[in-house]
Amino acid sequence: MIGGVAAGLAEHLALDVFWVRLAFVAATFVHTFFGVVVYIALWRLLPQGDTDVTEQPAGLASATRRGLRTPGRSSRLVRSDLGQVLALGALGLGIVLLQQQLGWGLGSGVLWPLVIAVAGLALVWRQADEAQRERWAGNSPDVPILGLLLGTGGWAVLIRLGLGALMIATALAVIIAQSQGIDTLGPIAVGTVLALLGLGLLLGPWIHRLGRDLAAERRERVRSQERADMAAHLHDSVLQTLALLQRHAGDPRTVARLARRQERELRDWLYADAAPDGETLRAALASVAAEVEDLHDVTVEVVGVGDVPMSDAVGAMVRAAREAMVNAAKHSAAGHVDVYAETAGSTVEVFVRDRGAGFDPDAIVEGRLGIRQSIYARMDRHGGKAVIRSAPGEGTEVRLSMTLSDRDEESGR
Amino acid sequence: MKSMLTVVVVDDHQMFRTGVRSELAGSVTIKGEADDVDTAVAVILEAEPDVVLLDVHLPGGGGAEVVRRVHQRAPDRRFLALSVSDAAEDVIGVIRAGARGYVTKNITGPELVDAIRRVAEGDAVFSPRLAGFVLDAFAGTIEVAQVDEDLDRLTEREREVMRLIARGYAYKEVAKELFISIKTVETHVSSVLRKLQLSSRHELTRWASDRRLI
Repeated sequence: MIGGVAAGLAEHLALDVFWVRLAFVAATFVHTFFGVVVYIALWRLLPQGDTDVTEQPAGLASATRRGLRTPGRSSRLVRSDLGQVLALGALGLGIVLLQQQLGWGLGSGVLWPLVIAVAGLALVWRQADEAQRERWAGNSPDVPILGLLLGTGGWAVLIRLGLGALMIATALAVIIAQSQGIDTLGPIAVGTVLALLGLGLLLGPWIHRLGRDLAAERRERVRSQERADMAAHLHDSVLQTLALLQRHAGDPRTVARLARRQERELRDWLYADAAPDGETLRAALASVAAEVEDLHDVTVEVVGVGDVPMSDAVGAMVRAAREAMVNAAKHSAAGHVDVYAETAGSTVEVFVRDRGAGFDPDAIVEGRLGIRQSIYARMDRHGGKAVIRSAPGEGTEVRLSMTLSDRDEESGR
Repeated sequence: MKSMLTVVVVDDHQMFRTGVRSELAGSVTIKGEADDVDTAVAVILEAEPDVVLLDVHLPGGGGAEVVRRVHQRAPDRRFLALSVSDAAEDVIGVIRAGARGYVTKNITGPELVDAIRRVAEGDAVFSPRLAGFVLDAFAGTIEVAQVDEDLDRLTEREREVMRLIARGYAYKEVAKELFISIKTVETHVSSVLRKLQLSSRHELTRWASDRRLI
């Protein structure tokens, strides 16, 4: 609720955050402070999740950093669980009051100041946390010392902070006033201790944040090292290709192939939505297309809509599509092949199209094993269908379609 | 119609601008070049070209920013987005900002001239990849209670046209395949473009809000 400890713990234990919170509230009443102490301890001790930094492909991240695009704002302000927090808060308050009624709780002279103080503290601490989050998001440049507590929130923050401090002061004053009536020596001691305590609590968030910023800095350093490694790797591969290009300057086909391969590599690294090779239909088609490009000096563009995990049937389809690409590359004399894959529900379709020479599909001679075995028969075996549309001079389009059974989908997952 | 179309090229890579200049020589008149957002806005407002060739990634806030700022002053300026990036959110971002088409930088010279002409005439230009994004973004069923129902879904015909474009068909081939005129294909594509720009579909608004477009 305050530091996101419950949520973090819930994530760790794979439980719903609600139960963890409930446990905290329950713990609070096993012994009045136990839950609170555990909460604060965990807040300090638990590593902060990395959710603040949204991972982007390298190319986008770099474009954002250099101001080549308009970066998005963090949208973590939406708090869907506010209602839950309120409900739990009310529940907790109810139990406290119940304890009071039953005479187990603290004297009312202490309780109410305590409640006010806790509320004030919550305000202050909460603010510290938010100010820091904003800094983490990298929106504000370094904040001056005074700004540390204030963050970048402006007046609302100031008011909140003042209110928090005021509440704590009120609570302290009430306690001091009460104790003065009982003891003459007590007030001074209690007053001093409380003042120090209050000061500590006020500065607490700041000190706490210094510690965490240090950790953040360390993490940033690790990250920039990673980036340097990546850049080095990248330069190696690009430089290699450039050297090769110069050596093959007289051979346009090789040059085109090398350039295309390098482009693909870079593009993967910069912009990939990172489905690892061959685990889904689209990833598998992309890697097959890359193979065909390398072997046959054509460009193959793969466009996909929807996706399915790999299974035997999908694998067969990918192999049939590969055959179609190879045919297009070898026989059509077209320099470009378009591949389009669409998954809608359990129906998967793959189209492989070229604008090359074309042929008469009815006149396929028996000897052309490729089409018969690798495309028609393969699709048949897995309950799919292949249709080839072509005419001399009009290019060729191979359409593969298949309805996946539940079993196929299961085995893929 | 006889006079040559005028174009401004906005790209932060000198090499690319030179390349485009030599490729387009003789087909269109290049009235100006710019390499960042501020110069681009100034040059475009000054030169008043028929079409602006616009890189998606640009120092100063990206291509979308240029479209937004020019459209505040000259809402009729037409933009064709060009990019090597292929990142869905950036492409959709610049289209949502108001560009009338998107092509990749490895497009051939004649294809580029054709695309420029189309944009100049007020049509939309979709590459296979953009068509793929569109189908992805408009995929699936959505709540019937959604307010702008019309904007939030593609008609069956529009979907067919998009699928054919994604499969690598040129407008002419799409027309032949569906037994409709090229003009009708253009109408469908323009209407998809409009939906892409105005729809409040979740997938689109997510991309758009990432770009601070709304």
